[in-house]
Amino acid sequence: MGSISLQHVKKSFGEVQIIPDISLDIKDGEFVVFVGPSGCGKSTLLRLIAGLEDTTGGTILLDGEDMTKAPPARRGLAMVFQSYALYPHMTVRDNIAFPLKMAKMSKEEIDRKVEYAARTLNLTSYLDRRPRALSGGQRQRVAIGRAIVREPKAFLFDEPLSNLDAALRVNMRLEITELHQQLKTTMIYVTHDQVEAMTMADRIVVLNAGNVEQFGSPLDLYKKPANRFVAGFIGSPKMNFVDGPEASKHNAHSIGVRPEHFVLSRDPAAGSWKGKVAVAEQLGSDTFLHVNVDGLGLMTVRTDGERTFNHGDDVYLTPDQSRIYRFDAAGLSL
Amino acid sequence: MATAQTRNLSRLMMAPAVIVLLIWMIVPLVMTLWFSFQNYSLINPMMTGFAGWANYIYVIGDPSFTQSLVNTLILVGGVLLITVIGGIFLALLLDQPLWGQGILRIIVISPFFVMPPVAALIWKNGFMHPGYGMLGHLWKAFGLQPVDWFNQFPLFSVIVIVAWQWLPFATLIFLTALQSLSEEQREAAEMDGANAINRFYYIILPHMARSVTIVILIQTIFLLGIFAEIRVTTGGGPGYASTNIAFLVFRTGILSNDIGAGSAGGVVAVIIANIVAFFLMRAVGKNLDA
Amino acid sequence: MARSVSVQAKAGYTIAAWVIALVLFSPILWVLLTAFKTEAEAIASRPTFLPETFTLENFAAVQERSDYFKHAINSIVVSVGSTLLGLVLGIPAAWAMAFAPTKRTKDVLMWMLSTKMMPAVGVLIPIYLIFRDLRLLDTVHGLTIIMTLINLPIIIWMLYTYFKEIPVDILEAARMDGAELWNEIVHVLVPMAVPGIASTLLLNVILAWNEAFWTITLTSGRAGTLTAFISSFSSPQGLFLAKLSAASLLAIAPILLLGWFSQKQLVRGLTFGAVK
Repeated sequence: MGSISLQHVKKSFGEVQIIPDISLDIKDGEFVVFVGPSGCGKSTLLRLIAGLEDTTGGTILLDGEDMTKAPPARRGLAMVFQSYALYPHMTVRDNIAFPLKMAKMSKEEIDRKVEYAARTLNLTSYLDRRPRALSGGQRQRVAIGRAIVREPKAFLFDEPLSNLDAALRVNMRLEITELHQQLKTTMIYVTHDQVEAMTMADRIVVLNAGNVEQFGSPLDLYKKPANRFVAGFIGSPKMNFVDGPEASKHNAHSIGVRPEHFVLSRDPAAGSWKGKVAVAEQLGSDTFLHVNVDGLGLMTVRTDGERTFNHGDDVYLTPDQSRIYRFDAAGLSL
Repeated sequence: MATAQTRNLSRLMMAPAVIVLLIWMIVPLVMTLWFSFQNYSLINPMMTGFAGWANYIYVIGDPSFTQSLVNTLILVGGVLLITVIGGIFLALLLDQPLWGQGILRIIVISPFFVMPPVAALIWKNGFMHPGYGMLGHLWKAFGLQPVDWFNQFPLFSVIVIVAWQWLPFATLIFLTALQSLSEEQREAAEMDGANAINRFYYIILPHMARSVTIVILIQTIFLLGIFAEIRVTTGGGPGYASTNIAFLVFRTGILSNDIGAGSAGGVVAVIIANIVAFFLMRAVGKNLDA
Repeated sequence: MARSVSVQAKAGYTIAAWVIALVLFSPILWVLLTAFKTEAEAIASRPTFLPETFTLENFAAVQERSDYFKHAINSIVVSVGSTLLGLVLGIPAAWAMAFAPTKRTKDVLMWMLSTKMMPAVGVLIPIYLIFRDLRLLDTVHGLTIIMTLINLPIIIWMLYTYFKEIPVDILEAARMDGAELWNEIVHVLVPMAVPGIASTLLLNVILAWNEAFWTITLTSGRAGTLTAFISSFSSPQGLFLAKLSAASLLAIAPILLLGWFSQKQLVRGLTFGAVK
């Protein structure tokens, strides 16, 4: 079991308020991602749940039990750190066995569990190596192995993939998702990368300046962002925002159009916004155009990869009217 | 960044060391302070009671005190000067490409491991003795009259011995600092057209500023208390010519058994050390990011 | 990339460096050679370089006169004992300062270092009297206590700088893995800090071994260490040079070897990690 409930959790370091007041309910077995820009308090929130930091106020319930004051060792959670935090002086086997040793399990039971975890994570042939003799991806697996042998109530991941190269990151993303489907244990995963958030999460918590901007499923956030911040944060490339008279036409303080929701044409008759191509980024599958639109500024437009554009080409953009996001003066969605 | 529980634990973990050091610092200091205002002599047990400032007046008023104070400053300053300047030059030399660098390092550091009484004895008997010391032989080889170092230049001789002991330390620290200067930075300066002298002034010296402060701090800690070298070689003499404050207190308190006056000298030594420490800590505190 | 210079320049540097190094080394070399000479040869008016008649009798005479082995054992007990005691007190304190620092941590460290600056003579008399009253004068354990106290600030400083380089993540991982403080220190921190602890140990053994003020003032015959042993050779002169050299060699050889063997680690420790 592993339901986690935060009730009015607050955290300040001295005078500096990191988390003003957060309440969240995470269901047993859920994969929840905390996402937000750096400094938004997502890692602090995770460390509060882990017990590595004290709360300044509020209550943390694990499976309904008040754990606010419990030390990390007693909470029954496992954590995977950004730096992996493997014990460099221990072999892979001893690393994975360490939490079990601390729990005073019998030698045979430890061996059995370590073997099992190693098989699951393809680490069997590395068990007698030291962490420094492993690649980044293997170290990551050892860190995960050390977490799963304890059969924790929940896993906490603190930006675990940010030290890996791009290709490996995609692989590990899949592995962690698969692991979740297999174990069905609650997982909380902190990242600043909205792609990781979108692809892995059952539900995403978008944090900004210590506040929950929105808590919902990935597609909810994409389709119905609660405010301008979420709209700008979720989706890649970022949503384009337009203020002023153009927004007023839609009865809004500002409007947003995602790069993928434009119709692009070279024909003056076919477009409502005229602009010049500043930079064309060709990815093969897609082309991202950065277009200087007259009177509205720089817009990012996604178009298919077969079309070629050059710097200075005149283009005409037509936003998909049904997919224009409208925001009020406070940035809330209308 | 930790929990209240870790912070409480950490206080508990620090307590033994802090308490022990606090006792070590306060108890003897308070006793010294107390004795310094008492008539207390181990030779004359009849002499007791409150002495007022008499011990201080006796110690500070004595010409030997002023001389010891000056000697202390010359000793510390002289050794620092020799070791810092000599150390920088030697480190620059050892940092050049040369054959046998590893062995050279080991040879150069060796004097640092020699205990002070041995260092003093070697220099006294083997080198500076006018009759059979090596320096005497060297002087004679050039047809000169051998020098009786400890009688003619007592303080200078002590400075030489102490500098010999500490030069390796300074050299090795400077060398380590030099070697941490990145080759790229040197090459960039060369590309920018800096010649050897410019490179030394604008690149190397600023880079070494930190290690120079460290060397001065650590050496001062040890140099203020120079004792064995003096005791073994000159015994503070002739007269008080090579007596520093540390040795003066030893002479007064232990050799003359005058606890009161010795304590007053001790208090003065502590005050002097605190004045030095105050300036040093301010200078170095910035450099040591704790 | 090593800097490339001409062979001539390299030879020039090499010669200059070796000449200076040998001048600096000459007192030690003198001890090494004189220890094996006869007394007559040692004070000959025309000095020899290598011993003409190689003799070991000086060592025998020294052992007979002052019992080198007793003093050496005292030195070992005091220097190793005080260092171990210092580590027991210092490791928890350094853990606290490195991993749970407060606003005052830096002040506490500076204060500790400042106790090193307090001149020993300032407290010599009370310590002498306390030792006399507690019957600690001229005892090995009394000297060990003093040595622990004077080196504790350096031990804590050194450990602190080494511990600070250990990522706190790893200790937190141990906490998440269910380790209580004791296990965290014994199974994770100490094994990871072995190189740092070893160099702290070495440096403090050397400092304690060579400490001369307290050993000379607080001990005489029974608990005397090698610094006291060698000081007993300071008074007689003349026909004594070879024996003095033998005694000196015996006193410095162990620590010289230890120092050579560990000089790389020592430098870092000596600078409190401020120069790497």
